[in-house]
Amino acid sequence: MSAAYAQTYLDETTLPYPFCSGCGHGPILNKLNEALLKLGLDPKKVVIVTDIGCVGLSDKYFVTNAFHGPHGRSVTYASGMKLANPELKVIVLMGDGGCGIGGHHLVNAARRNMGVTVLVFNNLNFGMTGGEHSVTTPYGSTTATTPRGNLERPLDICSTVAVNGASFVARATSFDKELTDWMAEAIATEGFSLLDIWELCTAYYVPNNKFSKTKLMATLQSLNLETGVLHREERKEYSRAYRQAHRDQVGLPILTRQGLEAKYTSKVKAKTHILLAGAAGQKIRSTATTFGRGALLCGLWATQRDDYPVTIMSGHSVSEIIISPEEIHYTGIPQPDMVVVLSQEGLNMVRSQISKLGPDDLLYINSSLLPVETEAKTFALDFGRLSRADFRKAGGRVTRKKIAVMAMASFLEHTGLYPLEAFKESIRIGLRPAIAQENLEAVAASEGLISEVM
Amino acid sequence: MREFVDGATAIARGAIDAGCTFFAGYPITPATPILLHMVRELPKVGGVAIQAEDEMASIGFCIGAAMAGAKVMTATSGPGLSLYSENIGLGIMGEVPMVIVDCQRMGPATGGATTGAQGDVQFIRWGTSGGYPIIALCPTNGPECYSLTIRAFNLAERFRTPVFLVTSKEMVTARTTVEISAYEPVEVVERKVAAEEVEFIPYGFDRLSDVPAMSPFGGSHIVRFTTSSHDERGYMTKDPAKVDRLNRHLAAKIEEHLDEIALVKADMQKGARVLMVSYGITARSMLEAVQVARREGVKVSALTVYSLWPVPEKEIAAALKGIEKVVVPELNLGQYRREIERVAAGWAGPHGPAVVGVNRVDGELISPAEILEGGGIL
Repeated sequence: MSAAYAQTYLDETTLPYPFCSGCGHGPILNKLNEALLKLGLDPKKVVIVTDIGCVGLSDKYFVTNAFHGPHGRSVTYASGMKLANPELKVIVLMGDGGCGIGGHHLVNAARRNMGVTVLVFNNLNFGMTGGEHSVTTPYGSTTATTPRGNLERPLDICSTVAVNGASFVARATSFDKELTDWMAEAIATEGFSLLDIWELCTAYYVPNNKFSKTKLMATLQSLNLETGVLHREERKEYSRAYRQAHRDQVGLPILTRQGLEAKYTSKVKAKTHILLAGAAGQKIRSTATTFGRGALLCGLWATQRDDYPVTIMSGHSVSEIIISPEEIHYTGIPQPDMVVVLSQEGLNMVRSQISKLGPDDLLYINSSLLPVETEAKTFALDFGRLSRADFRKAGGRVTRKKIAVMAMASFLEHTGLYPLEAFKESIRIGLRPAIAQENLEAVAASEGLISEVM
Repeated sequence: MREFVDGATAIARGAIDAGCTFFAGYPITPATPILLHMVRELPKVGGVAIQAEDEMASIGFCIGAAMAGAKVMTATSGPGLSLYSENIGLGIMGEVPMVIVDCQRMGPATGGATTGAQGDVQFIRWGTSGGYPIIALCPTNGPECYSLTIRAFNLAERFRTPVFLVTSKEMVTARTTVEISAYEPVEVVERKVAAEEVEFIPYGFDRLSDVPAMSPFGGSHIVRFTTSSHDERGYMTKDPAKVDRLNRHLAAKIEEHLDEIALVKADMQKGARVLMVSYGITARSMLEAVQVARREGVKVSALTVYSLWPVPEKEIAAALKGIEKVVVPELNLGQYRREIERVAAGWAGPHGPAVVGVNRVDGELISPAEILEGGGIL
């Protein structure tokens, strides 16, 4: 036993309990006091987190830290405390109502093996709001909201958390002598522990169902619900496992700023609006970023807005790029000056802008998508014309992942917006070495991609 | 030196530089990039970042961690913010410092996940029961995403309350060019923690506007926290005098310190009769509209509002002097225009300036030309 911190963990100044005569809450709280005494925990390191319901009044009677919050969320606050400070002993007191509204949190805390203890004050109905049924109300019971008998099957809280990875699970009644020991074992458990404690609600469930201690025992038996310790499992407690898993990360550099010097010059004299339209999986967005970063290397300002559907590997992907010798505030492109189209999905998205392009505007389009109606000066990107040798240079074949970088390299050379060298440097500094190498090969293979469409 | 950077990166850097050590979030477009940054970066400062099982748990984890001593942040979008509502109230009532990033997307409901909007402006203000002041900051560019994130943390600690960083799909995901020198260093405000030797009264304050010191769970004191009406020691109470004092305190601690919160940028032109007022991504269009108008010889003034809530009424009223027409462009049907109308009416009565909205709710940004045309400026 550790050094005794207290003679009692109950706060004599706030007692007696406010519960109804015959209610199980008081006896259970007395057992909790005994369990804390048995463990000899420092009250400053213990947090009692109470949920909503009559049990929510309980934290007041203890000399430990206390947290009282809304219905069903107690396990989330407890988890947050434990994650922030693994040294804390966090004990959640919740009712069967809380296990319903917060059941999702209960299951997930068990699954993570979050090191908190949950004591369920299970009196088979909502005592505070007027005797409504809860997730543990036995089948056929009369409650305020089941006047013709409960038609729902009661939730087996213990099995639910046990099957989902809890470290310690026990079921008890408020009458059990062993309750103190089970509570102490639950609290001493490193990982997630839960004790489902059946008790009487003398205000509602008892009178509405002619219920009693004898009937409580009979109900447990009829539901095949055993009492005692039901489950023990050795697993890493989450808040400590997290720290262990991330130990080698401490001190690594954080989102370092990649300041770019203007090493090249550009002939861009005015704000230039470019659309790069293709399909998901064609690396539209990352190529647009490479292009924008290349512009920065030439002393230009750039912006990039992306549009894509919620799907990831299907549908369109359109990047709107603006490059300008002056700072850009408004990042939208009501009407582009130049459009690069690589796929049908992209074409579908930008068709209306293409139809509004004027004779001074430029359109570069995958030759397989021609013809297209536009007044713009139009150039074909003929990926099919590349020789076998070119394909090899591009890493074997012109994959979906390479056509955007090939297209933008060709586009740059053709328009002369800024030097291709800057684009290549942007690839080198912005991408992982292996990917950068592939992209540089693709750039090298993109020569002769463009032909004018008459 | 410049960088090509998105708002999510700037927000994550700001959070870490502000001393954030705890983040919990749930994946939701377009807030996910912030979650991903924090999951990667926070362990590097010994912090914890976790994907929770849902939004209620995300903010619940943050609240628990904040009370255990961490500086905390979460990020979500409209549908997730709806699920935060209960815990925003908890944060206000229990006086929990935390930063909530809202990456606005098209609503209502699931709306458009990858479509930008500014439709949560009033929701942020009134998104929980009880009706108490909240603080919300709204950046317009990358450097402000960084500096206002730090300010959001500072205000959260200073006033022990949830503070919103109001962004949007565009602000978080679009890349812009930023001069490295434009990142403004912001001094970090640390949490006021009760000294070990003093008796700790968790909700003790002398004047209504005072902000109680904190003490973390597991620290030097026994700490009582409750989200129910409580007395200064954190015990539930129905005593009308105590409940009244608590509720007036929750309002007064913010409303009596407006000068510490208000943040606007006024670009006033002498002789201008038109004032444009905007915020967030739309303020960027306003900036260009101002340039175009002045180039055309039209006198205009512009006010960028960074501290959306509480409304910086004094600063707005000052900008209204001599103004005959106010143009408020925003990506909703006039949510902040209501506030400008209210301030204008309060300041100048029925003879105040006309307030005109320029609004889009189709997912597209408002262009400078639309502001000038819709506002009847050019």
